[in-house]
Amino acid sequence: MNLQNIGCNYLEASARKRLEGILDPGSFRELCPPTEKRISPHLHYFDIPVAFDDGVVTGEGTLDGKTVAVIAQEGRFMGGAIGEVHSAKIVGLLRRCLAKKPDAVLFLFDSGGVRLQEANAGELGVAEIIRAILDVRAAGIRVFGLVGGSCGAYGGAGIITGCCDALAVSEEGRIGVSGPEVIETNMGVEVFDSRDRALVWRTFGGKNRYLQGQVRELVEDSMESFRQAAIRLLSLKPDYSLDQLEAEQKQLEERAEKFAGCRDAVDVWRKLGYPSPENIPSLTVAELKSEGGAK
Amino acid sequence: MEHLEYRMEAPDGKTVAVKPFSLVGVVASANLEVMLEIVPSEKACVFLIDTAAKGFEASWQAVVRDFMDRWKPAGLKVSINDNAASPSVVSLRLDQAYEALTGE
Amino acid sequence: MNADHKATERRCRLERGAAFSDGKFVTPEKMTALLETVIECGDIVCVEGDNQKQADFLSECLAEMNPAKVNHLHMVLSTISLGSQLDIFEKGIADLVDFSFSGPQGARMARMAATGKVKIGNIHTYLELYSRYFTDLCPDVACIAAEMADREGNLYTGENTEDTPVIAEATAFKSGLVIAQVNKIVDKVPRVDIPAGWVDYICGSPRPFHLEPLFTRNPAEVTEIMILMAMMTMKGIYAKYLPRSLNHGVGFNTAAIELLLPTYGEELGLKGRACLHWLLNPHPTMIPAIESGFVKTIYTVGSEIGMRDYINTKPDIFPIGPDGSMRSNRAFGQMCGHYATDMFIGASLQIDPQGNSSTATADRIAGFGGAPNFGCDPRGRRHCSPAWLLAGKESYEGTGAPPRGRRLVVQIVETFHGKMEPTFVESLDAWELQKKAGFELPPIMVYGDDITHLVTEEGIANLLLCRTPEEREQAVRGVAGYTPMGLARDRQAVENLRDRGIIQRAEDLGIRKNQATRDLLAARNIKDLVRWSDGLYNPPAKFRNW
Repeated sequence: MNLQNIGCNYLEASARKRLEGILDPGSFRELCPPTEKRISPHLHYFDIPVAFDDGVVTGEGTLDGKTVAVIAQEGRFMGGAIGEVHSAKIVGLLRRCLAKKPDAVLFLFDSGGVRLQEANAGELGVAEIIRAILDVRAAGIRVFGLVGGSCGAYGGAGIITGCCDALAVSEEGRIGVSGPEVIETNMGVEVFDSRDRALVWRTFGGKNRYLQGQVRELVEDSMESFRQAAIRLLSLKPDYSLDQLEAEQKQLEERAEKFAGCRDAVDVWRKLGYPSPENIPSLTVAELKSEGGAK
Repeated sequence: MEHLEYRMEAPDGKTVAVKPFSLVGVVASANLEVMLEIVPSEKACVFLIDTAAKGFEASWQAVVRDFMDRWKPAGLKVSINDNAASPSVVSLRLDQAYEALTGE
Repeated sequence: MNADHKATERRCRLERGAAFSDGKFVTPEKMTALLETVIECGDIVCVEGDNQKQADFLSECLAEMNPAKVNHLHMVLSTISLGSQLDIFEKGIADLVDFSFSGPQGARMARMAATGKVKIGNIHTYLELYSRYFTDLCPDVACIAAEMADREGNLYTGENTEDTPVIAEATAFKSGLVIAQVNKIVDKVPRVDIPAGWVDYICGSPRPFHLEPLFTRNPAEVTEIMILMAMMTMKGIYAKYLPRSLNHGVGFNTAAIELLLPTYGEELGLKGRACLHWLLNPHPTMIPAIESGFVKTIYTVGSEIGMRDYINTKPDIFPIGPDGSMRSNRAFGQMCGHYATDMFIGASLQIDPQGNSSTATADRIAGFGGAPNFGCDPRGRRHCSPAWLLAGKESYEGTGAPPRGRRLVVQIVETFHGKMEPTFVESLDAWELQKKAGFELPPIMVYGDDITHLVTEEGIANLLLCRTPEEREQAVRGVAGYTPMGLARDRQAVENLRDRGIIQRAEDLGIRKNQATRDLLAARNIKDLVRWSDGLYNPPAKFRNW
């Protein structure tokens, strides 16, 4: 380890900085910029400060020369939670794609789900985002998700990741629906100890999601890794046919059956054929990929 | 939330911006976002502050006055969403935003 | 003249104790009964409440004694950190205490002192307290903690040796009784830290002794403000005085400096010229600096959870014995910190206009720990070093005082802490605590006239260049930022101090605020530290997400 390895990490960067780091230099143009001050109409009722961009950056740019529409959530503002304006910006950008027809959409997730203060507006927003993504995919435009922020993609955001063509996720990134604390509260600490951070990342983290087949690209926590992974995703053929959806459904059913009874991700990895599954959390991405094990 | 507005005259001030606006910081706990825009027709600098920490008007005034003394800017519209950041963090963000706006 | 009373008494105690022990060895269920038998009313009892290591099993047994049989005990201990160490007073077994640090139990201490449940003799620094173990506070009975004992009773205290040697020697060499709880009993100890001849009773305790991870600071929590302050300190103080030896008081501000040594420190040309010899606990945040070749030696007052494997591979740096494991020693470390360091740098909770600093609040008795021992000018020092001479020159030149050196004592604080609590105040809470608790002096941690430099986000106040109390007061107010105390500055006087270089702002030091980013840190999270250590650093679970 030396100073060169530290690199520019994705996890700590702001939403705008992530876009800057991933897209081709100077190509990013923001739509609905913060100067338009499209702020939340709800938060003042709670005495909560607003953000000028309501916690999401939307716009367009190029990636390796190809046109992309981009969405980047700011996890540090209210946990990236989805409110009315936040979701409207995303839906607006997605609908714009039907006219503009970019090569792909990049969705940089960093959200715990619906913004509770905005309740129904947030829930509707999530539903509208899902519908808009599926419309974009049906029009032959691919939608790729990047997950690597401190909030991960939980709740409604977690569900939205499942609607994407493919995902690039770092090991720090997490994908889930119910959060660890919710699981513990409802099922008891013996079932899930939300304070056991190693358990939380083993379960929801990018590594496990990758090994479970949910994530296409597992990457290191750096701008360059995410950029390269996004470029690789761009080369994937779009497939939003009924055959593809049925195949995905079959895969999910087989997965549920194969790993039924597994208490912990380590059991899943053992079943996948990894000889020393307890070591997997300590491996780097490169080490894991060369580790082998039947997949 | 408390809303504060200040209009600071700057007859001898000057600001040359390299982009239309700058935005630094994030509205997280003990943090704030500061957005700077140029108002071409104006000399005075306007500060529009929305803060979650009530009762700190004296320190906001001092921070704003020191910012004006430090940079001697002109024609700025400064918009702030503050989540109880300490005055030193506010000061830092104002400087970062100004450096980003003027390319210093 | 008869002067063997204590030795005779010792024989009687051991005779009574024989009923509860098998030679030196006592089983856990019999420990409380043993203690009741060998301890006498009015005894001075020391229980190892070190900074990190706690003789927690023995502490609980002491609190379980029958107050009808044993009472009026005078407790002496470095750190009051466990509930049982105060329960003993609630139950009327002990009534007087002399100690050094009570941070973890500070609020309860304050309540108990206020209601008379506990009487405080004095609050000391660590080294002061150890010194009194050899004069008027010699323990009659000492309860210590060790990793292992062998069948003869030799003890191995390992990397967390801390206070044990000074307690054991003081007690054993004044006919006192030494009672040890050990994590395990083995055939052969890796090395003998306390010889069997000094130990009277040994108990294999039901659980390993408690250890607090006090010195682990997660790089993920280092903020830009901390980085800005660290940069100013490194440029305005480290690079100027080039202190060869130093102590970092634990905290995020010093952790930021440690993480900036391989990057900003390298840029400033510090490597090989400053920060060579450290008096420190093994901070994990030192790993990048060690790996980058900045550090020649670190003498340790204790250890830190997760660092053992890393430390044991570096015998050139850490105090590793011929057996291959470390032995820390707080008494020697404090001595080293007092006389053999050019610089101390640490934080505080409150600072007044004269620069006096304190961590005391009206409702918490935190005590002193080691800070005043480092945070003072050691006027008994005679050997020279470049930093010591330069600080002395700046302090005394032109004052008519004889030429002498001076230790750099740096206080580094943010102007606000917690929830917009000002660090800078007109009057310290320590005065209020003095009244409430009935102390003879207000508990001041570092006196203003011992501080050479005060660093805040607003800049550096070079107090050692001030020649009058008024100058020093304006210099303090001049870096107190937007606190009410800072806003009460004489603006003209502060401008004047800045013109004379007594106050230096970031711009005066040539530092631009947008340089102060987390990209400058050599490690940004715990995982980076593990990678720097080639996997040898093993962080405790609460710092891991893998």
